[in-house]
Amino acid sequence: MSSSSEKQTKIAIRNLYKIFGADPESVLEDVKAGMSKDDLMEQHRHVLGLNNINVDIKQGDITVMMGLSGSGKSTLIRHLNRLIEPTAGEVELDGVNIVDLNEKELRRLRREEMSMVFQHFALLPHRTVLENAGMALDVRGVPKSEFESEANKWLDRVGLQGLGEQYPHQLSGGMQQRVGIARALTSNSPVMLMDEAFSALDPLIRTDMQDLLLDLQEELKKTVVFISHDLDEALKLADHLVILKDGYVVQQGEPQEILMRPNDPYIVDFISDINRARVLRVRSVMEKTQDIPENVAGEIDYDDTLESVIALSAGETGLTFVVTRHGAQVGVLKMTDLVKALVPTAAAQDGMRSSAA
Amino acid sequence: MATYDFVFRALGLEDWCEAGGESSAPMSMDALVSQTTGEEASTSIWELPFPSMDALNQACPAFPQSRNVTLGLENGFLAVKDSMSVVLDPITQPLSWLLEGALYGILTTPWWIIIPLLLAIVWFISKSWKLLAFVALSIGGLAFIDYYSYAMQTLAIIMVCAFLCVLFGVPIGIAMSRSDRMRASTIPVLDMLQTLPPFVYLIPLIFLFSVTEPKLYGIAIILYAIVPVIRLTDLGIRMVDETVIEAANAFGMTKRQKLYGVQIPLALPNIMAGVNQTIMMSLAMVVIASLVSAPGLGVLVLRGINNLELGVGLVSGLGIVLLAVMLDRTTKAALDRINAAQKG
Repeated sequence: MSSSSEKQTKIAIRNLYKIFGADPESVLEDVKAGMSKDDLMEQHRHVLGLNNINVDIKQGDITVMMGLSGSGKSTLIRHLNRLIEPTAGEVELDGVNIVDLNEKELRRLRREEMSMVFQHFALLPHRTVLENAGMALDVRGVPKSEFESEANKWLDRVGLQGLGEQYPHQLSGGMQQRVGIARALTSNSPVMLMDEAFSALDPLIRTDMQDLLLDLQEELKKTVVFISHDLDEALKLADHLVILKDGYVVQQGEPQEILMRPNDPYIVDFISDINRARVLRVRSVMEKTQDIPENVAGEIDYDDTLESVIALSAGETGLTFVVTRHGAQVGVLKMTDLVKALVPTAAAQDGMRSSAA
Repeated sequence: MATYDFVFRALGLEDWCEAGGESSAPMSMDALVSQTTGEEASTSIWELPFPSMDALNQACPAFPQSRNVTLGLENGFLAVKDSMSVVLDPITQPLSWLLEGALYGILTTPWWIIIPLLLAIVWFISKSWKLLAFVALSIGGLAFIDYYSYAMQTLAIIMVCAFLCVLFGVPIGIAMSRSDRMRASTIPVLDMLQTLPPFVYLIPLIFLFSVTEPKLYGIAIILYAIVPVIRLTDLGIRMVDETVIEAANAFGMTKRQKLYGVQIPLALPNIMAGVNQTIMMSLAMVVIASLVSAPGLGVLVLRGINNLELGVGLVSGLGIVLLAVMLDRTTKAALDRINAAQKG
């Protein structure tokens, strides 16, 4: 969103490196000097997990880290609550470097500052849904009688009314993940880490869950870090999108920005197959102007998707719309510009596409 | 004279050999044979003896014979036995009290309390009418042919020993699951306990403790039967789903919370399987332990063998089988109920 610059940085990742192997420190200098993942494996038998990651995660945003398997995204999210220790670098939460925390402080951070949702749900199979939802409070030593109402509140909110006494294995995958989300919400932590939270669900349920997350986010404004390998999901959820490859950040920024101006053949290749009309928004394509054009066909909102504009125009390509935001005009959209934007930038520039392939 | 004379000559040890004195060393079997047959040891390469202790002793009388090894072990054991007893006796005394108490309790309590109590336990654990009927019939049958007190003695010994196996085995298993070094050092011991013939570790125990004391067979049974519960506790905790452990970490559980709230409950099916195995193995050992005065059905088996009383031996053997089936089915029923509760 355009307002993201005003938002406070909640989590700052600074020069973060992670190398897996017998003696990571010994090869750190080589990696800093620019040795590639393959060379590191070949010459030193160490695996490069993360390579100089710098990301600012803004308060109240959904930051999506996206990449294919092996890109280091799951490793990265586990550095935020130190389930994995970094080889070098800093992770700051509200200005405090969590790499320096001792065991007790770290436990407090995990209990109160960050909650996590897992790809395979990771619910406790021997506890009821209610007890699972209240796990964060239970860990803090709150007795069941006290956390029950809080857990029930969030179970209701994620659509699991009356299932508190069931056991996880009695629920479907989608419902189990709702328990996982309720568990994270019950902890009342300002930060929520979601590790491929919807990847194990089938497509329809996945869409439901994404809508649920956006809904909750509208209301709660938590700082969400979301890991995904699915570009459509990433584009749907992200306020800030970070694309990882082989452990380094290829490009990060506002999703619309990345779609309109990909800076790497890898990303061009990545975004070539998506439905641009559904993802691109009017604001990314419009011409910024206060001038009122001739023959206005209608008004559209700044945040409308191109798909909805196409539906509005009924396929007519000669129209011009006025773009408004909060009722005031911010720009003009010509249907011809819209249609041009539907063709992937780089597919037109033949060179980039073919070099990616 | 002997094949390996040259070794000692080359090393210049002839004087030491001579000083060793021929008289002190007992004659080896080979020497005895050659003496009686009057034949000189053959010098053919085909007959070359392995340079064993006995062969070297022939060349040099001061060199120890192989029987000195076992003799040395025996003397060594006898030498430390008294001081070991001083330490081990008080430590293991509670085991004697427990066994004596259990045997006394189960025999002096009237049958019309014990049998319903056992049935109630079976019902509480298994919640199965079929099993309850089977146990009732089996115990009733054994009592009807006047094997009640023998069977109850066996049962009391198993209960005490299995309880102690769990009491010590589960914590050892947990420690093994937490430290790879602990695991690496414990596994050879467990392997040894499991493969050593049961009779073999009765031998040092007989030297250490008086045969009249119950702890002698108690220790033998526990050593033999504790292995599966240790192994399966370790295995069960190590097999707990990584992702669940990760979630426990991510929500800031302490080690203790993880152990009692996650690892042990999730390892419970495996631990129960270990308990089942432990009970079965105590039952196997309790028969052998009757050699060292363990009371119960084993005594009857032993009497059957000693006096060739075929009927007594067979019937008491059958009684042991019945006990085994009862214990196995009851613990398995408990296991099934745990499995059904968490499925996983």
